[in-house]
Amino acid sequence: MDQQTLSLIVVGITFAIYIGIAIWARAGSTSEFYVAGKGIHPVANGMATAADWMSAASFISMAGLIAFLGFTGGAYLMGWTGGYVLMALLLAPYLRKFGKFTVPEFIGDRFYSKPARVVAVISLLAMSITYVIGQMRGVGIAFSNILEVQLEVGLVAGMAVVFIYAVLGGMKGITYTQIAQYVIMIFAYTVPAVFIAITLTGNPLPQLGLGSTLQGSDTYLLEALDNTMVELGFTEYTATEGGMSMLNMFLLTLALMIGTAGLPHVIIRFFTVPRVRDARKSAGWALVFIGILYTTAPAVGAMAIWNLVNTVHPGEIGTEEGHLAYEDKPAWMDRWEQTGLLEFEDKNDDGVIQYYNDQNEEFAAMAEEEYGWEGSEIVELDRDIMVLANPEIAGLPGWVIALVAAGGIAAALSTAAGLLLAISSAISHDLLKGVFTPKISEKRELLAGRIAMAVAILFAGYLGLNPPGFAAEVVALAFGLAAASLFPTLMMGIFMKKMNREGAITGMLVGLVTTLLYIFMYKGWFFFPETAMLPDTPEGWIFGINPSSFGPIGAALNFITAFIVMKMTAPPPKDIQDLVESVRVPRAD
Amino acid sequence: MSQDLSREAYWKANLRLLAICLGIWFFVSFVLGILLAAPLNNIHLGGYPLGFWFAQQGSIYTFIVLIFVYAWRMNVLDRKFNVDEE
Repeated sequence: MDQQTLSLIVVGITFAIYIGIAIWARAGSTSEFYVAGKGIHPVANGMATAADWMSAASFISMAGLIAFLGFTGGAYLMGWTGGYVLMALLLAPYLRKFGKFTVPEFIGDRFYSKPARVVAVISLLAMSITYVIGQMRGVGIAFSNILEVQLEVGLVAGMAVVFIYAVLGGMKGITYTQIAQYVIMIFAYTVPAVFIAITLTGNPLPQLGLGSTLQGSDTYLLEALDNTMVELGFTEYTATEGGMSMLNMFLLTLALMIGTAGLPHVIIRFFTVPRVRDARKSAGWALVFIGILYTTAPAVGAMAIWNLVNTVHPGEIGTEEGHLAYEDKPAWMDRWEQTGLLEFEDKNDDGVIQYYNDQNEEFAAMAEEEYGWEGSEIVELDRDIMVLANPEIAGLPGWVIALVAAGGIAAALSTAAGLLLAISSAISHDLLKGVFTPKISEKRELLAGRIAMAVAILFAGYLGLNPPGFAAEVVALAFGLAAASLFPTLMMGIFMKKMNREGAITGMLVGLVTTLLYIFMYKGWFFFPETAMLPDTPEGWIFGINPSSFGPIGAALNFITAFIVMKMTAPPPKDIQDLVESVRVPRAD
Repeated sequence: MSQDLSREAYWKANLRLLAICLGIWFFVSFVLGILLAAPLNNIHLGGYPLGFWFAQQGSIYTFIVLIFVYAWRMNVLDRKFNVDEE
């Protein structure tokens, strides 16, 4: 059986599982549709949260990102996990105690204001829709690169499956599917990592292998990697210099943390557990399941770059036997060369490949003089290859390659489903039921929720097929908005009893507007690059702050504005202050 | 001496616990993993330079432990102040 047939069978089996779950877990009430009837076990919810949260980007791109950033890649690792501490300690238990269905609903009730609820819906829709485009894109890429199926066909197949289980099952169907998707995803990620760790270091745990010595040598893997990178003109892999500046690493980590804590599709997962204490514990379990992948990723990244460099430069650098001849390159390189994600160019016509840092002028001049190198000959190296090619690099059997394809698709589908639920509940529950037609019956609301979900899937699919040119930048926007608008407002709603409607709304708007302005100033208005007003370089950034890292500044402006306005306006009514009191204690009054 | 078991005292105890946990959260990631990472890299944990280890491994383990410890201490507080769920 060839690889493509095998992969399609494995992906087909996973799709059959998702549809089976959808039929078994149909939602009969709005409570089941929005929050799975609040009956999910905290460990199960933790696993579903992990799948909900870990997207195609976490699964496919993160290890490659770390591989090329080295030490500063830690910003992504700490940022995307540290947010759970904020969510578990500052938001999840209290929002669970509040006991309703959506994030804008809390904001609307707590700040006794429909406009506040509408502003929250707008930020929720802006961040969720931008985020879902990337997921649909991820499904298409997994299909076209791994399964060699046309992108359109893959995307439509993925949409059809999500359609079935999300529209039928709502949160209940999504939750149980996400549990299955987590298992597939984590298995697909760790199996190749374990094999590579054993091959390189003899230690089966990638987390320990990365800190071990190389097989048959006394040299530590990271030490050897540091030395090799320096010999090729890069900075040391583990060194703090190189990559981003300390200020931007600090701000990016913080931006990702508070952005994560403010993402509504993750927050609503904690509405599905039975009790407040389950919400606290469930966040811990979520981070355990996320941590399994996130502590493996640094090993995958470092070992992938080590494998790559040592494949291209098998001997002492600069010597005859220190190069890989273009003809002799391994089969996986041939395969990825065909996809265009990996490209070589023999710049000095010597028939062998050199990979080094030709941006380092001093090193490049030395290499030209001493070795006759005329530029790095790997001219295109897509970082996504680092994870996708792993099983082939490790020489693993075909079913593992098939599993990685299924894992990538599972990662994208599970996140897309969570986002689509957040979008549809914001429309049917917050806008229809909450603002426009408060008298709608439960049955009609459930139907409206399903229609909103179906429309959202079609819309996301359309954007996945015709992606706006700015797909990469919008993720930064989604996190920036979550950090600057939702997180501070939710937090003040719980921790500042005297925070009032006026303060919350102006704070939210200031956070939203400043973040949008700062991003648009560098990336162009609505991401049309020609309308950018300042150069998007470290020299052009105000105080050297990268637009992707602006979230914490927007959040601080939100807090400050809200506080000043609160001091100048009337305090919230007594019943709202009582609501805050009751949200703060687990026991029902 | 009788203990203050009011809702205000419960909230104060919660805030104190939060401050400790968030202090640790900040310290492992931002201080050990970023600000002090360069000097810490001179110390090694097996093959890991220590600053690098905190940025890519240690802070994640600490986060997990922190959430469970907070959940456990809050359950104790809930019972002590008699605000736990039945």
